[in-house]
Amino acid sequence: MLIRYFPTNTKFEFMRYRRMSFPFSALLSVLTVVLFFTVGMNFGIDFKGGTLIEMRALGPTADAGAIRDRANALGFGSVEVQAFGDGREVSVRVELQPGGERGQQEVVARMREAFEDAYEFRRIEVVGPRVSSELVQSGTLGVILALVAILAYLWFRFEWQYAIGAVVATLHDIVLTIGFFAITQIQFDMTSIAALLTIMGYSLNDTVVVYDRIRETLRKYKKRPIGELLDQAINDTLTRTIMTGLSTGFAIIALAIFGGEVLRSFSYTMLFGLVVGTYSSVFIAAPILVYLGLKQGAETAAPADATAAAAE
Amino acid sequence: MLRFTKSKVIAILAAVILGILLAVPSMMTREQRVAFQNSIPSWVPSWLVPTSAITLGLDLQGGSHVLLEVDVPDLLRTQTTQLRDDVRRILRENRISLQGGIQMVQRGVQIRVPQQADRDTLLPRLRELAQPVGNAILGPTGNNDIEITTTPEGLITLAYTEAGVTERVRRAIQQAIEVLRRRVDAMGTTEPNIQQQGADRILVQVPGLQDPQQLKELLGRTAKLEFRLLGQTGAADTDMLPMREEGGRRVPVERTVIAEGADLIDAQPAFDSRTNEPIVNFRFNIRGAQRFGDATARNIGRPLAIVLDNEVVSAPTIQSAITGGSGQISGNFTVEQVNNLAVLLRAGALPAKLTIIEERTVGPGLGQDSIEAGTLAVSIGSALVAAFMIAAYGFLGIVAVVAVAVNVALILGVMSALGATLTLPGIAGILLTVGMAVDSNVLIYERIREEARLGRSAVSSLDQGFGRALGTILDANFTTLLAAGILFFLGTGPVRGFAVTLSIGVITTVFTAYTVTRLMIAGWYNYTRPKAIQI
Repeated sequence: MLIRYFPTNTKFEFMRYRRMSFPFSALLSVLTVVLFFTVGMNFGIDFKGGTLIEMRALGPTADAGAIRDRANALGFGSVEVQAFGDGREVSVRVELQPGGERGQQEVVARMREAFEDAYEFRRIEVVGPRVSSELVQSGTLGVILALVAILAYLWFRFEWQYAIGAVVATLHDIVLTIGFFAITQIQFDMTSIAALLTIMGYSLNDTVVVYDRIRETLRKYKKRPIGELLDQAINDTLTRTIMTGLSTGFAIIALAIFGGEVLRSFSYTMLFGLVVGTYSSVFIAAPILVYLGLKQGAETAAPADATAAAAE
Repeated sequence: MLRFTKSKVIAILAAVILGILLAVPSMMTREQRVAFQNSIPSWVPSWLVPTSAITLGLDLQGGSHVLLEVDVPDLLRTQTTQLRDDVRRILRENRISLQGGIQMVQRGVQIRVPQQADRDTLLPRLRELAQPVGNAILGPTGNNDIEITTTPEGLITLAYTEAGVTERVRRAIQQAIEVLRRRVDAMGTTEPNIQQQGADRILVQVPGLQDPQQLKELLGRTAKLEFRLLGQTGAADTDMLPMREEGGRRVPVERTVIAEGADLIDAQPAFDSRTNEPIVNFRFNIRGAQRFGDATARNIGRPLAIVLDNEVVSAPTIQSAITGGSGQISGNFTVEQVNNLAVLLRAGALPAKLTIIEERTVGPGLGQDSIEAGTLAVSIGSALVAAFMIAAYGFLGIVAVVAVAVNVALILGVMSALGATLTLPGIAGILLTVGMAVDSNVLIYERIREEARLGRSAVSSLDQGFGRALGTILDANFTTLLAAGILFFLGTGPVRGFAVTLSIGVITTVFTAYTVTRLMIAGWYNYTRPKAIQI
């Protein structure tokens, strides 16, 4: 059994690493903000509006260059053509047309006219200006609501310090993931919001496991310095952190390799989020508690300890 | 932690078996499912055997998703025109003539009636036009849909109230859904889904469509057909409407409608027997036939304008009275155009213009590819995770793999039972659950290991390990459920499918950790009775 080769009772001093991890994360976050405002993200039609068409050549190969020329000649302004998959498939993105909701309809008709003979139309998405602005709203609202809900839940289940710590760590994950989108220029659409929220869920899952252990350790040892206790709690859960990270990682890698074109960027984002989320639980969420003034052993009459009761 | 009463064991096993049974039809191909359904003896009640599979989202089975919005200004224009016609009728019936005619104002019409006596006869009649607005829950609200105001100078204004507009939009949506359903049904597709979304939108989902262009043509047209006489240029009570042919040249058309689309009882595509040109043959109902017959008898020699969506399709000269109650529409159409026109005329006109504000179409080929890729990814991902768990934990790894397998079956079973839709991101959600479901087993095992290292006996380490880990599992999974829940309420289509799978996955994960894993480990302990736990 491989698990026997895992070192037990590790004594990593995570509290000391925070002198590196905090500035490192801060730097990356600032970099993300700079990137966001200079390079920007590659927003998909969900948020920008416009038309997305995926075509597959009926012949052996798709000529992206020729498609670009012909699509540009249709006079729909900025047209992005990208080959993907086995070389037969091409995606064409046409920017939002003037003329409100009705203005978009002509794009598909004209594109069909131009390419129907040589290409199979596999996907057509048209998002008008109103829907796209609503999706921006609901996407942003979703992320904010999730943060608020998490804050409330952890406050209720733990203490406010934990809630703050978890939200800071989650914000950190969101910011870095946005940076990932800015650097890779992976298209940012509604599926990306799903990935972002899943990353939040996973990272929190990780953070809560560590926090659970911190709370337990704090109750057990009332005299030892807090830094030491935090270190111990992180070390105690380290094997679990790694095992779960690896198994989730395997699942996501399979998704990235075999899940097809549609899920590929989703999988890459998830993989990035897995790494960042695991990192933030250990190196951000836990160490930050040192600054938030946790009360040691104060929770003697804490909310009925479900685990102790269930053990009987 | 390790003791189970017999009834509990039975309850757990029953839940698991039920979940798996519900999931079985989803694992079969369509042909297998049909064969399975046919093989069930007739004496078995149908509710006993699950035969329904998970509904696949449009991104997996291919199809079109079209979101339409009622053009409210257009609806108001139609409604105020209607109001104007009503007012004109009342004026005529009471033989009151106006100076200045009927003025169109914001959301209504205005007339100037200087004589007090005229106003006294008119006002009660005009008030009859206003209807009380109510709703199904509260009953009448005391508001009317039309507000009538008068000034001492004799200015009478009839205007739709806010409640009146809302009511018209609501009714228009209801009516439009009916019309759209008839149109989509005429295409012969299976299981189209047409439903209201928000206050003024309609979502149309049609799976397995080969040609979304035809769907859009059928959805986007108002199809308001009118038979009106061509008038004199500059004459009162005429509209200048564009011709479909002749470069859209505008011609004067009388406002009086002789007959309209609502008067038709049938419309069929056909070919003209002389010119072989594609045409639409139609038949009037009794009222329509009567009116059409009378009007054509009175106007022989004048051109009759066939107006479709405010465009003059053709304007043939009336040769003789058409009393047979049938006729034909020609106008240089293609075969496809007459087919669509016939469908549109049979289904009836939309009460207002609908605008397509979102369209998402996935071809059947791409959908099939996505299913294959998704299934492959789930199989390989699960195999990887299973191999990893068994390599890491040995026997307990096998327990974890069984727990995760039960978990996936439960997810599919619950989804079939709830009629939830599986989308491509939903498949990703399942695979993600596989990865994360292992987490609960890892938490339990690591805790047991720790307790064992502290020198506890086997039974005590198992007890403590489970007890402490379960609290953590609950807390950790609840946060994921929060995120998934929010995603569900805000997302649409595939993303929503992802949220559904993730939420169900979180719940089944907690369930399997509490029951299946615990039961298996208890069984293992009772069978082997180890002195100490060695992992």
